[in-house]
Amino acid sequence: MSGPKRIAIVGASAAGLGAAEALRRRGYDGTLTLIGDEQHPPYDRPPLSKQILAGTWEPDKIVLRSGAQLATLDADLLLGRSAVGLDMADRRVLLDGGDRIDFDALVIATGVAPRHLPGDGLAGVHVLRTLDDALCLRSHLLDRPTVVVVGAGFLGAEVAAVARGMSLDVTLVDPLLAPMHAQFGDRIGGILADLHRDHGTSVRCGVGVRRFIGTAGRVAGVELTDGSGLEADLVVVAVGAGPAIGWLAGSGLPLGNGVECDAHCRAAPHVYAAGDVASWRNNRFHTRMRVEHRVNATEQAMVVAANLLGDDQEYAPVPYFWTDQYDARIQAYGIFPADADITLMRGELAGRRFVVGYSHRGRVVGVLGWNSPRELRTLRQLVVDAAPSPAKLTAADDLDAA
Amino acid sequence: MRVIADQDKCVGSGQCVLAAAQVFDQREEDGIVTLLIDNPPPELHEAVRQAAAICPALAITVLEEP
Repeated sequence: MSGPKRIAIVGASAAGLGAAEALRRRGYDGTLTLIGDEQHPPYDRPPLSKQILAGTWEPDKIVLRSGAQLATLDADLLLGRSAVGLDMADRRVLLDGGDRIDFDALVIATGVAPRHLPGDGLAGVHVLRTLDDALCLRSHLLDRPTVVVVGAGFLGAEVAAVARGMSLDVTLVDPLLAPMHAQFGDRIGGILADLHRDHGTSVRCGVGVRRFIGTAGRVAGVELTDGSGLEADLVVVAVGAGPAIGWLAGSGLPLGNGVECDAHCRAAPHVYAAGDVASWRNNRFHTRMRVEHRVNATEQAMVVAANLLGDDQEYAPVPYFWTDQYDARIQAYGIFPADADITLMRGELAGRRFVVGYSHRGRVVGVLGWNSPRELRTLRQLVVDAAPSPAKLTAADDLDAA
Repeated sequence: MRVIADQDKCVGSGQCVLAAAQVFDQREEDGIVTLLIDNPPPELHEAVRQAAAICPALAITVLEEP
């Protein structure tokens, strides 16, 4: 069987780099082109809203590979170049500036782009996705502004924690009832709200932003949907991100919430997607998903590389993610449906050292640990096994009694 | 093969233990990586390479030369 001789990978972050490395590890010796729209060589994103923003790490610490390691990839690394189109008939990626990259097989790993709010073009309003974003935001936090963070998901909650760690005046605003409510529900969200308040962050949940208030083109505050206002010298908009698929419009690829792939991460013959941009059917949970987390980028890229070279692997992972806020490290395996039942499995909520299980239709589908990394890893097996609901395992540990 | 684990970069995800439980463990209190052996035998090499590749914190370095 003759495999591809020219592989193009669009996106040079964790997923794109991971695919390139996995291809070489598996012995692929054809042409490899890795295209990234940032000037920086591939770097790691999770520390951007943690150590980089806090200034505890210098940017060189988050470089994914050294120059020497990149050289051993033997890839054409095109940095600072954006893909602007895909011609499926002729199997070509079109780049800004008019260049074309011909391919036999393609990996799409273009990630996501931050969502914006109307009026957020004022000076002093920031988003955070790239290293340059993080360094810019940090330099402005050093001016000791009054900060409003709009959106209390992973990113917004981490940014608020870092800013508060710099002893700034910080307000965290979200239209949902609690921080990370969409991810983990009201119980964990409530504990997170307490965590932020205990550290001096003002938490305004259940209220959205109606508009930004500007003075001479610079943000001066936000008006909330309840009519109240918040003064701000600096606003961070962290209202989620959307898959970077604009360049694929008209390509004929199935697009929706991401590049829509099958259970093997294939979007079309010879075309695969990996990382934040990829939507695929995860047959472990019988659902389509798109995961914006670090481990998924690498794990999915490995499966894509294998399938590209002739394997037939389904990608059915137990997703893993984590967040660090103040002294809390929150880690989770699995999925967390809004209508899941939550059961305390280890520790106690009040002590902020615990593991809770999420069950859906009588099976454990997720486990979440709060400052309990080792126990959480052990309990991950319940998700792997789709174990019966933990109420039977820990009947005495009713959550409300904690 | 020699394995180096950077406890400063480690985020305690435990992915390395899932990949190669004979080589890696986590501290009880904070989940930070510890090495059970730093020169794993050949039959564990592929699992160790997998652990290094999947680590979300780039905390594991594998030196292929002894």
